[in-house]
Amino acid sequence: MSGLKQFFRRGDPFIWLTGSALGTCLLLIGGLIVVILVNGLGYFWPRPLVKATLTDGTAVLGELAAREAIPDPGTPNHLKKHRVQIKVGNRELTGADFRWLRDDEITALENPPEAVSVERREYGAFFGFPKVLKDGDTELASGFGLLAALGPRLAQAARDRDEIRRLEKGDIGEINRQLELVRLDLRGLDLRKDDPDVAERRRELTEKAARAEELYKQKQAELQTVYERAARGAVVFTAVDGQEKELRLLDVYRVYPTNALGRFQRARIYFGRLWGFMMDDPREANTEGGIFPAIFGTVMMVMIMSIAVVPFGVIAALYLREYAREGVMLRVVRIAVNNLAGVPSIVYGVFGLGFFVYFVGGSIDRIFYPERLPTPTYGTGGILWASMTLALLTVPVVIVAAEEALAAVPRSMREASVAVGATKFQTILRVVLPAAAPGILTGMILAMARGAGEVAPLMITGVVKLAPELPLDGVFPFFHLERKFMHLGFHVYDVGFQSPNVEAAKPMVYMTTIFLLLIIILLNLTAILVRNHLRKKYRTSAF
Amino acid sequence: MVTMSPTTDPGIRIRTSVREAEPKPAVAATAIEMKDVTLSYGDNQVLHGITMDIADRQVTAFIGPSGCGKSTLLRCINRMNDLIDNVTTGGHIRVKGTDVAAPGTDVIEIRRRIGMVFQKSNPFPKSIYENVVYGLRIAGIRDRHVLDEACERSLKGAALWEEVKDRLPESGLSLSGGQQQRLCIARAIAIEPEIVLMDEPCSALDPIATVKIEELIYTLKEKYTIVIVTHNLQQAARVSDRTAFFWLGRLVEYGPTPDMFTKPGEKLTEDYITGRFG
Repeated sequence: MSGLKQFFRRGDPFIWLTGSALGTCLLLIGGLIVVILVNGLGYFWPRPLVKATLTDGTAVLGELAAREAIPDPGTPNHLKKHRVQIKVGNRELTGADFRWLRDDEITALENPPEAVSVERREYGAFFGFPKVLKDGDTELASGFGLLAALGPRLAQAARDRDEIRRLEKGDIGEINRQLELVRLDLRGLDLRKDDPDVAERRRELTEKAARAEELYKQKQAELQTVYERAARGAVVFTAVDGQEKELRLLDVYRVYPTNALGRFQRARIYFGRLWGFMMDDPREANTEGGIFPAIFGTVMMVMIMSIAVVPFGVIAALYLREYAREGVMLRVVRIAVNNLAGVPSIVYGVFGLGFFVYFVGGSIDRIFYPERLPTPTYGTGGILWASMTLALLTVPVVIVAAEEALAAVPRSMREASVAVGATKFQTILRVVLPAAAPGILTGMILAMARGAGEVAPLMITGVVKLAPELPLDGVFPFFHLERKFMHLGFHVYDVGFQSPNVEAAKPMVYMTTIFLLLIIILLNLTAILVRNHLRKKYRTSAF
Repeated sequence: MVTMSPTTDPGIRIRTSVREAEPKPAVAATAIEMKDVTLSYGDNQVLHGITMDIADRQVTAFIGPSGCGKSTLLRCINRMNDLIDNVTTGGHIRVKGTDVAAPGTDVIEIRRRIGMVFQKSNPFPKSIYENVVYGLRIAGIRDRHVLDEACERSLKGAALWEEVKDRLPESGLSLSGGQQQRLCIARAIAIEPEIVLMDEPCSALDPIATVKIEELIYTLKEKYTIVIVTHNLQQAARVSDRTAFFWLGRLVEYGPTPDMFTKPGEKLTEDYITGRFG
């Protein structure tokens, strides 16, 4: 009895309680990360192709995706028999990406060494057997042996794709941009009719437009040549059911005989696909291809947000801590700031839409871009407004952290500064702010972590499913802050819940999540390194 | 009663030398005149009509038990109490003719003329060099040459030059406690003040560092008027020319240091310096 009393008095149960609470948290977080990693990282590994011969004589070729017991409640067979899920691909031929097969339907399972996986532009994966490699009407090679000849041809096709893309987006895009500018200038002339130079200017612009039009025709012809040359190459595959499929080399990204590959070759394909996922644009309603624009958009948005939120929050905190008179009013303001952090983020989104997009953006359009109306420039969602909305959302975090950092600057340091004749402003600028910088950066880290993971407010202030152009490119003025952008968080939602082919896109969701986490970790690590550097420099600070 | 240990104590040397160099206290000009200085924190009055004159280029020590208002009075001289909310002051403090306590006085100007050293050394987390020239920089001086010269002069004045001349770009916080306090003294004298206020400058230092600061105070009084608040009666006896004893916000006794310690005029002073209370 007394032993038990002793046990409680010493606080042993309390240690167990606290320890298990922490343990549970770690377990949950660790479990989440493990689930994401396991489901995501395996996606790009080339999995063996199996050919299943069925009792009715037909055959199925594909990747083994899952195996489960068949539920048949009420009968003795409940969960006794099994079935397998096979990713059969060839969507345009079979109509579905996956097929369930009962174990008792299958008569034979084998790994045909000549089967190949094809990554292509449309319709998801293709599984089959190579038949003929063609250039126009001439046959270059046939059978499994064509793979050797295919490699260099695919490399050429990749170069052709780049060339076509350069012509379309680069040269022709530039001409179109100039034509658009001319059109806008002409509209601008319409808006001020009383100007005497209008006629002269109009003539100049019309000539310019004609020249651009001429250049456009030239480039279009050039594009046509490249396109025709590139489109001649084609490769024919036979599906397991005997149907033939001809694919233009332009549309084929990668062909590999999975079952014939060694571990090392598979690893090469794995990293190649991973790299492509990171650096390419999305295809097929985001369910194929890469996520580069989403990575770019996320990073850029977080950066713009930080640039906006830190000075704003710090200045507000400076007033609260250094200038405002202590009293009821100040306490009310502090409580209000803290409560702002609890407002649902979608409410900020609605505010951002109403204030930034419609009011501020609309005003900018009326004043600076009247010739483009009714097409909005800033008066519609864009990366700038999304970042500003998130800055607003995270400003309470920065204010609270900055206030604490300012309060932690020792009084003795302020007195030392004031005693040699510094004004309060000089003291704040030269002594207080540098010493509080590490604590302020802590606030920035918290704000970034919060902002990077936020999706709801972005959906109505500028994020889109597919953005044709990045908000930062080589075209003057380089930063196009009015453009819409892609975001990893929204990408997860879009691919996972809005895509036409959810089952096939599931691994993409995991991979996108991994990248979102990685980016948040990287951004935070950078900020933490900067903070540690500052901390070393201003060692007296409590932060 | 102050009792001095035999000649090994370096403090003795200073005290005796102070005594030797002291036949002039009566002729010293007045640097600070205080008349009826009062101060309250809210309803709590902590200074009750202090009237005293502080002599030019001498060391004046403020002694008294904790909470007697000596530090508060010191901070009245350069208006540091302005930083605290809810303080009301009264009376006049004239520093060489300027009324410091008047509401319209240029506080920045006053603080440039009156340097201050604090109880705990408080160098900025900047380089040694930047610490010393801070006062000059905020006064708008950008000329590198002037700054360099002021830095060297002040560090020499604070007896720190030899120790740090090769490491000026290093952080001021890398110095030892005693060096940091001398760095703070260098920072205070870099703006060439007329008066240096010291608020218990040695209370956080070890005996050896204390001796160095005391020696420094002795040399500094050649150029500056020094007012020092101290809890250490032996220190007051060693470094000061005149001593003021405060009790509960009132000036009890004020006179030449040797007289204060050998034949105090008030019973209260005697009780305090003989250690009967405080």
